Amino acid sequence: MSLNRDEVQKIAHLAHLAMDDREAEGYAAALSDIFDFVAALNEADIEGVAPMAHPLDAEQRLRPDAVTEVDQRERFQAFAPAVEGGLYLVPRVIE
Amino acid sequence: MTLDTLSGWARHLRARDISSRELTAFYLERIERFDALLNSFVTTTPEAALAAADAADRRLARGEAAPLLGLPVAQKDIFCTEGVRTSCGSKMLDPFIAPYDATVIERMNAAGAVMLGKTNMDEFAMGSSNETSYYGPVRNPWDPERVPGGSSGGSAAAVAARLVPGATGTDTGGSIRQPAAFCGVTGIKPTYGRVSRYGMIAFASSLDQGGPLAASAEDCALMLNAMVGFDPRDSTSLDRPSEDFTAGLARDLKGLRIGLPKEFFGADLSASMRLAIDAALAVLAERGATLVEISLPHSHLSVPTYYVVAPAECSSNLARYDGVRFGHRCDDPQDLMDLYTRSRAEGFGAEVKRRIMIGTYVLSAGYYDAYYLKAQKVRRLIADDFRRAFEQVDVIASPTSPEVAFHLGDKSADPVQMYLSDIYTIAVNLAGLPGLSMPAGTIDDLPIGLQLIGNYFDESRLLNVAHQFQQDTDWHARMPAAFL
Repeated sequence: MSLNRDEVQKIAHLAHLAMDDREAEGYAAALSDIFDFVAALNEADIEGVAPMAHPLDAEQRLRPDAVTEVDQRERFQAFAPAVEGGLYLVPRVIE
Repeated sequence: MTLDTLSGWARHLRARDISSRELTAFYLERIERFDALLNSFVTTTPEAALAAADAADRRLARGEAAPLLGLPVAQKDIFCTEGVRTSCGSKMLDPFIAPYDATVIERMNAAGAVMLGKTNMDEFAMGSSNETSYYGPVRNPWDPERVPGGSSGGSAAAVAARLVPGATGTDTGGSIRQPAAFCGVTGIKPTYGRVSRYGMIAFASSLDQGGPLAASAEDCALMLNAMVGFDPRDSTSLDRPSEDFTAGLARDLKGLRIGLPKEFFGADLSASMRLAIDAALAVLAERGATLVEISLPHSHLSVPTYYVVAPAECSSNLARYDGVRFGHRCDDPQDLMDLYTRSRAEGFGAEVKRRIMIGTYVLSAGYYDAYYLKAQKVRRLIADDFRRAFEQVDVIASPTSPEVAFHLGDKSADPVQMYLSDIYTIAVNLAGLPGLSMPAGTIDDLPIGLQLIGNYFDESRLLNVAHQFQQDTDWHARMPAAFL
């Protein structure tokens, strides 16, 4: 399978990765190689095989719906990129 | 002071011939002296280490016993350590000071371990050579022009050069076993669900598993005792009765059936590797084991399956890094989308971006069935191969890696070639089985690893086989002369 630059740009957009055209060109070649390699899966006979999501087919354990976390806002905000008055700052989203 | 193993040091500490402070200072000095060459640590914590050593000495003086009491260890920089930078080898997390301890760290600290620092690794554990780290590559102590393997390359190199007697690693597709093989140390990836993933930065959640690297199987057993255990904070942690992994080490190997997958011993295996592996298997046969040919018919599909499943899970897990609450943020974001996309573009390296994009693609509308669902089905075929094999044999043996450590830069331009470096280890993660690598010989003076794969929860057996092998061989005891 061959991915072109525009297709890579579309994937990068979905993945929220900024990427210029020159970079996208480079990824197009590497990703195409990887998808060619992965195409080997097409030869497998998977008729009637159930997909496997967990190695031991275990179910997610449930826990009681109880509050267990304590407020540690100051601690967690100590290493945040930008905070003010206990709030995380991002660029203005509403004009 | 003469170098010793974790188990050896534990005896010395209990006999009080040495204090934990002396031992800790000894290894800190080795790191200071040798790590400029290897780059195996991204952070050292000497003050905290000496304080922990003093605390351990007080406990030892009171006659307390704990499995790792007073023993120096290193932690892979993927495990969150409270108050200490936890970078996961990424620029994205370079500013991240973890606010809590991973369960593995908590358990090892409670067992009395003394952390010397955090080891270098491939960025977000994605790599087989330790060359994708933001902090630069780690060098192989046996030949500094070669890679140590990855992603737990810092841990493997540090143990091989005896800068620390034991270190933790994580293994998603071979990341404990392959660097263990390349560096000539012993490492074990337990059954999926044995070691808690809480506080272990996620790459591919259905495959990731923590485990120890050390000089010997006996040392790995000692560390595993502290690491394994049920954790309610990890929703995939398995609730099993506790087990002493050192208890079965001395069992003999009479009647043990070892399966050799014909797919792993085919024409693709180099003559020199075949020779070295055969010699190692002969040692086990001498001890009473029977070698049996088996087949894992879908094993050739394991690397392609992995490169759908692991990137898919990676793209979901790494969606959390958005530059808002922690981690790298770009300068002067114009709007929210610019903040997200530039922070991520700047914070992640090329291999991580490749995998995020593969994962994004295979999970996107219209491609999910063709890639992800298909890969999950093939994953079951691969696991079923092992299930059938374990009806005939007790353990499976193979080379850990098709070759010895390669030169820095050799495979970095070709991702697929790099991925194939894990061809013998990846199926084990897909099936969720335990796997061990131990030093089993050399090719051109470079270590090779023998991989042992066990049935679910059969870690004790793997450690037993490796320990018995290590009674008759000294590959595990050898170390690169430059670090003596």
